[in-house]
Amino acid sequence: MFDSISSRLQNAFRNLRGLGRISEENVGDALREVRLALLEADVNFKVARDFIERVKNESIGQGVVQSIQPGQQMIKIIHDEMVKLLGSANAGLQLSGNPSCVLMVGLHGSGKTTSSAKLARLLHKQGRTPLLVAADAYRPAAMEQLETLGKQLDIPAYVSRGETDLLKIASGAMALARETNRNTLIFDTAGRLQIDEPLVQELVRLRDRTKPQEILLVLDAATGQEAVNVATHFDQALNITGSILTKLDGDARGGAALSLKAVTGKPIKFAGVGEKLEDFEPFHPERMASRILGMGDVVSLVERAAEAVDVEQAQRLEEKMRKGQFTLDDFLQQLRQMKKIGSLETILGLLPGGAEAIKGADLAKQEREFRHTEGIICAMTAQERHSPQILNARRRQRIAKGSGVSVTEVNTVLNRFAQMQQMMKKMGKFQKMLARMGGGAAGLLRP
Amino acid sequence: MALFAEFKAGLLKTRARLTHEIKRIVSRSPRLEGEALEELEGALLGADLGMEITEQIITAVRSAYETQGQNGKDVAAIAAAEIERGLVAREQGLRQAPAGLTVVSLVGVNGTGKTTTAAKLAHLVQSQGRRALLAACDTFRAAAIEQIKLWGQRLEVEVIAGAYGADAAAVAHDAVAAGQARAMDYLFVDTAGRLHTKHNLMQELQKVHRVMDKQLSGAPHEVLLVLDATTGLNALNQAREFNKAVSLTGLVVTKLDGTSKGGMVVAIQKELGLPVKFVGLGEQPEDLQPFDPKQYAEALFGE
Repeated sequence: MFDSISSRLQNAFRNLRGLGRISEENVGDALREVRLALLEADVNFKVARDFIERVKNESIGQGVVQSIQPGQQMIKIIHDEMVKLLGSANAGLQLSGNPSCVLMVGLHGSGKTTSSAKLARLLHKQGRTPLLVAADAYRPAAMEQLETLGKQLDIPAYVSRGETDLLKIASGAMALARETNRNTLIFDTAGRLQIDEPLVQELVRLRDRTKPQEILLVLDAATGQEAVNVATHFDQALNITGSILTKLDGDARGGAALSLKAVTGKPIKFAGVGEKLEDFEPFHPERMASRILGMGDVVSLVERAAEAVDVEQAQRLEEKMRKGQFTLDDFLQQLRQMKKIGSLETILGLLPGGAEAIKGADLAKQEREFRHTEGIICAMTAQERHSPQILNARRRQRIAKGSGVSVTEVNTVLNRFAQMQQMMKKMGKFQKMLARMGGGAAGLLRP
Repeated sequence: MALFAEFKAGLLKTRARLTHEIKRIVSRSPRLEGEALEELEGALLGADLGMEITEQIITAVRSAYETQGQNGKDVAAIAAAEIERGLVAREQGLRQAPAGLTVVSLVGVNGTGKTTTAAKLAHLVQSQGRRALLAACDTFRAAAIEQIKLWGQRLEVEVIAGAYGADAAAVAHDAVAAGQARAMDYLFVDTAGRLHTKHNLMQELQKVHRVMDKQLSGAPHEVLLVLDATTGLNALNQAREFNKAVSLTGLVVTKLDGTSKGGMVVAIQKELGLPVKFVGLGEQPEDLQPFDPKQYAEALFGE
């Protein structure tokens, strides 16, 4: 239903070419498309309306550059405007006092406890001495959860079981911090609805008691239209200093980020990008803007690839390819590296328009083929892997049996591998890129 | 021939529009436009119904209003009726196995309230005089097992649990076996939260279900996707992917006690035909209610 906004905008703007200037009339269709894109990304409808207005004012009167596509130009304006709105110079934490306090607040299940631990890990790495404070007296076992996470990180946690008075918890934690020389307290508070006045007042009292440098609103990236209400209420009651966007490793487009930023004006400081405690990073406005607009997230893909691929190994492979010495062993290695980056689904999902492309495609089948290929190569002897030309019919039958596939499948893999080798010999320049991207393996996929 | 057919089709459309227009004039129905429409659109979009459903409803409301508007019905009431019609389900309440133990699996992304819902469901069937058992199949998240055990203590429901890092499928297997041995009526399986985009975790979930089916053919009899009402359009993706992996039988919408409307269930029911079975309205065990489409549709437009 939603092909990438880029292509839709291209269409909408096709008629702009040759007009000279962008005017209110000829930009109307395209802006409707933008509005739709924003709404599909869960940007609040009022925020979307204001944003469109801004883009309109920004773009009207601009000359249409003949050399580039007007669609591209418009997308750039929209993208820049969104980055401007999402970004902020004041993104880091301001922790000056000793001890300094950080309050984590938000709705139920937005990820406060996990984010608290992740933040503690980050601050610890930056040389601060954090103390986790379990200030959620409502949810069963919330305190144990924080304590366990603290243990995993080797960061102390202040837990006083059975205590429901937040102010007493705060005093106890601050005393402990002074005694043990911890300079940053991270308060993991209970999830609460922004309209639950008594519970919000409880937070206000905690704030007044602890005088925190940072009050961070933790928000699920998949939050819908409500993001506006949530952010407004928490900000009005507590005067938050920023926010953390969680569960960005899913496929939510994250329009909530725009809503949040638009109504509070407070910076989004961090992003939670996975279940592991190291999956936590500073917020990147450009990436978020691309994501909201459905333009893919190539930067993340490259980063992920960089993490998964061993550079030295990649260079060695590249060398081999250039010399035409690429063996089945190397091929196996490459297959495994690809797997480390993620499933085909995740990889394609990060490419522009990729999320659209994979809808309906049977990726499971491709993954299965990958696995079969891996199995087939594993069933070969070292000698066979090195010089596949010795693979006669009997050997092939043995391999087929050993890897549980048909001989035809073994033949197909070998044929494709031979073709690949041929290609590699031919393409001088392309090789480098292929080796880096792990594209050699992708070349084996049927079109 | 083809040209003629096209021509005819074109005429039909015009005729329909004309009839509609004449009817409107004859019945002196007001035309729906401007501010009222915008307000309606705002209400629908604001409730997370999404652009597509919103447009469909507006189209339906517009024609309904223009033919029967003078009967004193207002726009919101017509829209509510429209939504209600889309939400009425043939099936209500928990399914029941033909005989013996009924296994109910709770699945969903992180932080939607699976554990709380499992506990509330156990409380619900208990209050109906039936015996419930809980399975702590979230062996991943820190303190998840303690959380469900505390609920178990509070409700006096037994909890079958393993160790952290243990195979969730093994825990599920043991729980089903225990449920059968103790002649329980219901087993509620609390699975770990997982994003629907994580291929390996979805496979793990499939394994949990496969293992239960092996132990007790037909289990899990009910697979409920737990959705957070604050979630936006991504809920549809979640439902699609979970449904693809483990064939859902219904939805539970949690955290509806806030100002969130959870309008995505309309789109989910439309596309996947999954009924909303329960709604979560608070943190107490009894804050789980059967879903009432009429009440829900009306609440969408009330403030």
